[in-house]
Amino acid sequence: MTDAARPASPIAATARSQDLKFYAIWLIAAIGLVALPMIFPSGGSLTSFSLIGISIIFALSYNILLGQTGLLSFGHAVYYGLGGFAVVHMMNAAAAHGWPIPLPFIPLFGGLGGLCFAAVIGWVMTRRAGTVFAMISLGIGELVASSSLILRSLFGGESGITTDRTALPHMFGWTFGPQIQIYYLIAFWVMIAAIAMYALTRTPFGRICNAVRDNPERVEFIGYDPHVVRYLACCFSGLFAGIAGGLTAINFEIANSAYLGAVQSGLVLFATFIGGTAYFFGPILGAILVTYLQLGLTSLTSVWQLYFGIIFIGIVMFSPGGIAGILMMHRPLIRAGTLRTVIPSYLIALLPTLVLICGVILGIETIARYTANQGEGNAINLFGIPFNATAPSTWIVAIAMIVGGYLVARLTWRRIAEAWDRATTGARDRGYLA
Amino acid sequence: MLELIVISTLNGVLFGMLLFLLSSGLTVIFSMMGVLNFAHASFYMLGAFFGYQLTKWIGFWPALILAPLLVGAIGMAVERYGLRNTHKHGHVAELLLTFGLAFAIEEIVSMIWGRSPVDYRVPELLDFPAFTIFSTNYPAFKIFMLAVSVLIFVVLLIVLKRTRVGLIVQAALTHPNMVAHLGHNVGRVFMLVFGVGCALAGVAGVIAGPALVTQSDMAGLLGPILFVVIVFGGLGSLPGAFIASLVIGLIQTFAVALNGSLASAFGPLDPSMGSSVLTDIWNVTIAQIAPILPYVLLVLILIVRPMGLMGTRET
Repeated sequence: MTDAARPASPIAATARSQDLKFYAIWLIAAIGLVALPMIFPSGGSLTSFSLIGISIIFALSYNILLGQTGLLSFGHAVYYGLGGFAVVHMMNAAAAHGWPIPLPFIPLFGGLGGLCFAAVIGWVMTRRAGTVFAMISLGIGELVASSSLILRSLFGGESGITTDRTALPHMFGWTFGPQIQIYYLIAFWVMIAAIAMYALTRTPFGRICNAVRDNPERVEFIGYDPHVVRYLACCFSGLFAGIAGGLTAINFEIANSAYLGAVQSGLVLFATFIGGTAYFFGPILGAILVTYLQLGLTSLTSVWQLYFGIIFIGIVMFSPGGIAGILMMHRPLIRAGTLRTVIPSYLIALLPTLVLICGVILGIETIARYTANQGEGNAINLFGIPFNATAPSTWIVAIAMIVGGYLVARLTWRRIAEAWDRATTGARDRGYLA
Repeated sequence: MLELIVISTLNGVLFGMLLFLLSSGLTVIFSMMGVLNFAHASFYMLGAFFGYQLTKWIGFWPALILAPLLVGAIGMAVERYGLRNTHKHGHVAELLLTFGLAFAIEEIVSMIWGRSPVDYRVPELLDFPAFTIFSTNYPAFKIFMLAVSVLIFVVLLIVLKRTRVGLIVQAALTHPNMVAHLGHNVGRVFMLVFGVGCALAGVAGVIAGPALVTQSDMAGLLGPILFVVIVFGGLGSLPGAFIASLVIGLIQTFAVALNGSLASAFGPLDPSMGSSVLTDIWNVTIAQIAPILPYVLLVLILIVRPMGLMGTRET
């Protein structure tokens, strides 16, 4: 369910001001994208923004399948990677033959690559939904990833295929050599793709996708074939994933078999699900968070992937709506003005929960350093406080923080649940919550 | 040629039985709870690493018993505290939970034991050639692996078909509510089945560890093949899983042993044509495409028979 899927509630403002608000959000997003490099002009942050932009398109394309059509795919990187390869081959061909295709149009060919593969393989894949679809997508993903190492002339084997983005005809005098120009190219495509995908959720096709997700049998009764709907969703998803892959290939000037692999598929699933699949902006939040963490954590710790796994398991178990779901849960409370009943219990729970999290981090880091380099220095520097991985005191502190933090935090979580009940009852009484 | 056929058949059946040790647990868990345990191959990997560590501490034979028990206990904890709480959010959430778990287990294993292969050796008692066929020594440990897998297969069959426990498990597969009304704790039955399935994966890990490579990516390598096996055999069908395990085991083993390519069969292509996709396909050997054969089979069976070999339901 997208946030727009809900009919405007009677208390909400008129449709006209809703429209204004809607256009304002997109306008603010566009201005933000233009202004970002002026606020953070360093090379490192430009690279980060570019990667975040790409992963936003990728995660949104994944949500066409997972959130809107209810198809869980474990092989989404296939379209992304093939889009990347399509772009690299197109750029090399255009440069070799002197075709007048400027770089800004090149990602379209990536989308075309993803779309073509989805159109071919999607018909077999989408025959069944649910668990079987998940397994098939995993198998196809492995098939393509392994085949890419065999078909060396097309995929370049282990090393991949390189390209030169400045060799193409220039446009508006932009060479697309410097990262800032690539950033604006990516930002432009993020806007285009996001608007297109949002528009897609508002079309009758987008609605039928939601219906197929919720009750395929009923959809058949009203005369639609769920298989065809799933197939079309798969094609659209492949198109946008291909655009994301193409932008990556332009950004790094290389495409290799890692683009197609299971790691890439796993990351996009993490980003989309952590962000929240039920709202359109969920995957955007998730993509920003996961890419930012990925870039930030790799330099801090060797076991950053473990933290991803733990965050993901936590979200699946305790908040299947993702971050967007948690945020949107508070909307009726804000409208009804009962949010202040919940906030004190949040503040009380904050401290023991933080202690618990720090304990877990300390425990993981201690084990990681203890086993990784037993001979070398075992000093851990956590939030500026040094620890020694071999000292028993470190282990005791970690265990005490985990156990103590958990016991106290559990009490405060119960308080939150009680306060939450009171707040939602209040909101329901005032008619802001069904 | 005959030598190749005999040895490959032996190895293929062995690999197939190993696959079945894993896929049987996966299939029973799936048909009981509707959950495809994505982390099943990770439990296999845990079995191998526990087996390695316990062998270092207390020897191989105690490890063969203890490591699967440990893995089974972890499996039961996962069912009790993870899956049971996630059940209310639906099957996709459960599948995602096991996916996250598989990811986390791989990271934990590589954090503790490192990313390079560990030195997990065949126990000395079994470190001799069992027999010699056509100048090839066949190691006794492989015979032992085969014997253990067949033994577990037989025991599993007897327990499921001939005992009261098996009767309850079978009934809980199809009529969980009725079984609960008769006074059985269905939740506990689920937990036990999940634990036993994981323990079987653990056994497979302990005995496969010394023969194959014990490394932190072994779950990631075997996992997808395992899912191919159960989709190929038909989701939820135990006989289907058995046939599919043997078929895929044999196909992969034979493919690895064969060195032919289209170029060796029909002669090399004209070199003036240059390098293209066609030359890649023309020159690739059967051994090189062995890793992708299971997935090709998967696509083929989905086109020909979407419910799998022995599957009945078209979910």
